[in-house]
Amino acid sequence: MTQQTVTAQVTPHMDVSWRARLRRFTTPAFFTGPAFVLVFLFFFLPVILTILISLTDMSVATISDIKFVGLKNYIRIWRSRTTWKILRNTFIYVGFTLTFFNVGLALVLALITTHIPDRWGTAFRTFWLLPRITPSVIYAIMWTWFTADAPYGIVNQFLQIFGVEPRNWMSAQPWLVVIAANGFVGASFGMIIFTSAIRSIPVDFLRAALVDGASTWQRIRYVILPMIRWPILFVVSYQTLSLLASFEYILLLTDGGPGFYTTEVWSLHAYHRALSNYFGNVQFGYGAALAAILVVIGVIASVIYLRVFRFNEMVAEPKIEVI
Amino acid sequence: MEVRLVHLSKYFGEVRAVNDLNLEIKSGEFVALLGPSGCGKTTTLLMIAGIYIPTEGEIWFGDRIVNDLLPKDRNIGMVFQSYALYPHMTVFENISFPLKLKKVPMAERRKRAQRVADMMQIGHLMDRKPAQLSGGQQQRVALARALVKEPDILLFDEPLSNLDAKLRLTMRGELKRLQKDLGITSIYVTHDQVEAMTMADRVAVLRDGRLQTFSTPDDLYNRPQTLFVAGFIGSPPMNFIDATLVQENGKVVVKAEGMRIELPDELGKRALARAKSDRVVYGIRPEHVHLDPEGDIEAEIYVVEPLGREDLLDCRLLGGSVMGVLAPAGQPVGPGDKVRLRFEAEHSQLFDPETEHTLLW
Repeated sequence: MTQQTVTAQVTPHMDVSWRARLRRFTTPAFFTGPAFVLVFLFFFLPVILTILISLTDMSVATISDIKFVGLKNYIRIWRSRTTWKILRNTFIYVGFTLTFFNVGLALVLALITTHIPDRWGTAFRTFWLLPRITPSVIYAIMWTWFTADAPYGIVNQFLQIFGVEPRNWMSAQPWLVVIAANGFVGASFGMIIFTSAIRSIPVDFLRAALVDGASTWQRIRYVILPMIRWPILFVVSYQTLSLLASFEYILLLTDGGPGFYTTEVWSLHAYHRALSNYFGNVQFGYGAALAAILVVIGVIASVIYLRVFRFNEMVAEPKIEVI
Repeated sequence: MEVRLVHLSKYFGEVRAVNDLNLEIKSGEFVALLGPSGCGKTTTLLMIAGIYIPTEGEIWFGDRIVNDLLPKDRNIGMVFQSYALYPHMTVFENISFPLKLKKVPMAERRKRAQRVADMMQIGHLMDRKPAQLSGGQQQRVALARALVKEPDILLFDEPLSNLDAKLRLTMRGELKRLQKDLGITSIYVTHDQVEAMTMADRVAVLRDGRLQTFSTPDDLYNRPQTLFVAGFIGSPPMNFIDATLVQENGKVVVKAEGMRIELPDELGKRALARAKSDRVVYGIRPEHVHLDPEGDIEAEIYVVEPLGREDLLDCRLLGGSVMGVLAPAGQPVGPGDKVRLRFEAEHSQLFDPETEHTLLW
């Protein structure tokens, strides 16, 4: 009798606590689940597959008989004469695009559009965002026309006025075209972030600077730039990673040329090797090894940025601007 | 430095933030711009600072029009409500920032910043960042930054609003003392009438962008020029009753339902001479109405609000108007009690109900 009573009392109690414990697990799982599935399916799984493929000799020729080859692909990359050229290209591409456009030009645009009447500023920024919503192929074709060889090409026709010899700009200055084409699109991201950061500086600081005797330039130098330090670092880190992985404009504009790997960057090289080599020689394994190295570089860079720049503080600051 | 505002106006689109403002501020004077929020006082200050460009009118510093002068060329110091201390600079860097912009050599920058900081009693905090300071210390740094370049004019935009009540009292005294010692012409924007009354030599009351009155605190309190000023200055506020002005047996009398006040001869004569009709607004401050068994006005206590040193009694006259009465604390009365009131007729105020201007001063 006594035992039965005890059991009867205990069971519902245990039941409640079991359910509560389950709910404590299910609610977070319900909310984080979709994101977790997406990240797993589209990030972790591809990375693991890439690494697995990179350890094989998988190619079109060997597709029916794939062999595990260990680190052979990586050793080939290390020994390849082109590797260093491509690495150098990647640094040129990322470094220059980042410095002069994605951060530099973005900062200039944000500063200009916040120092002119608001209506004009907003209109200008909206205008500048157009390439972002233009399909990449159309944007690239426009650059191709823009820089086309004489007697065509807007650049040629414009520069002729100043007596500049017409030329095929894409082959004469491939880096300039590649970096500018990427940069003009890329700058819009930083421009938006910097604009909202500048806007969120309390107006008293800007007024105090004027009263303290600052000129416009001094106010930018001593007050505005230090106060948007974190957004700047955020854009630097974020854009480094996106530039490392991006190649579609280079693919569409020069396809790594002209000539031998002149503008071939690491991610484009991986694409060429793995998916777009001349027929019969598509080397999945070798391309995967190249991609895996890029992933490692990206992960290392993000860890450094996360730690050095204290990422959490950076993303907390800007308010999103509605256009 | 003498400051003159001549027909000064500032429009934001359709909104007239400041409307035809005329003000003459003497050299070394401490003037408060007082008014409710949105009255145009901060806009006026920002025009004097050179941050807003006036739509119309002129701003004179001494014998020079400064309308087109950039803020940096006006030699003004300004203290903001938020203090606006640059968070990325140390106290020293903040204070010496105006000198750095003027390209003053480092050694002199140090000397001058230290001297001002010592005067403000923050000389030992030079290496701190603003976030490591208390509100009162930040306030002093802001003041030091405004003073370091030895400005001709000091501008204050509600500088004490962010301090706690006790500190505000201390800083009020210190600011006033400092201003008198340095003799710098100062313009002080506030919505707090106590601040304006206690600190300023003269107070300009603004409402909807227009100047209501510009006079000494004493005049403002005892001889208000307009109904708005009379109601805005003083706490608890002045009582107002719609009344009629009549002559009875050679005396000038103010009458309303349940109320009859004989004005002193001098006031009566003046009111009668200026009144355009017999309709007036009668005003009297709560401290000038007393509970008095001999009094000739009947009333009923509506509510008792103890203020500590005094009790504020809301009394309902027979006509229904409610009258605030300040009486010594601990009155043996409660809601519903019938009492008699005595008015100090010599402290009466009379206003024209149409123009809202005083009929007395």
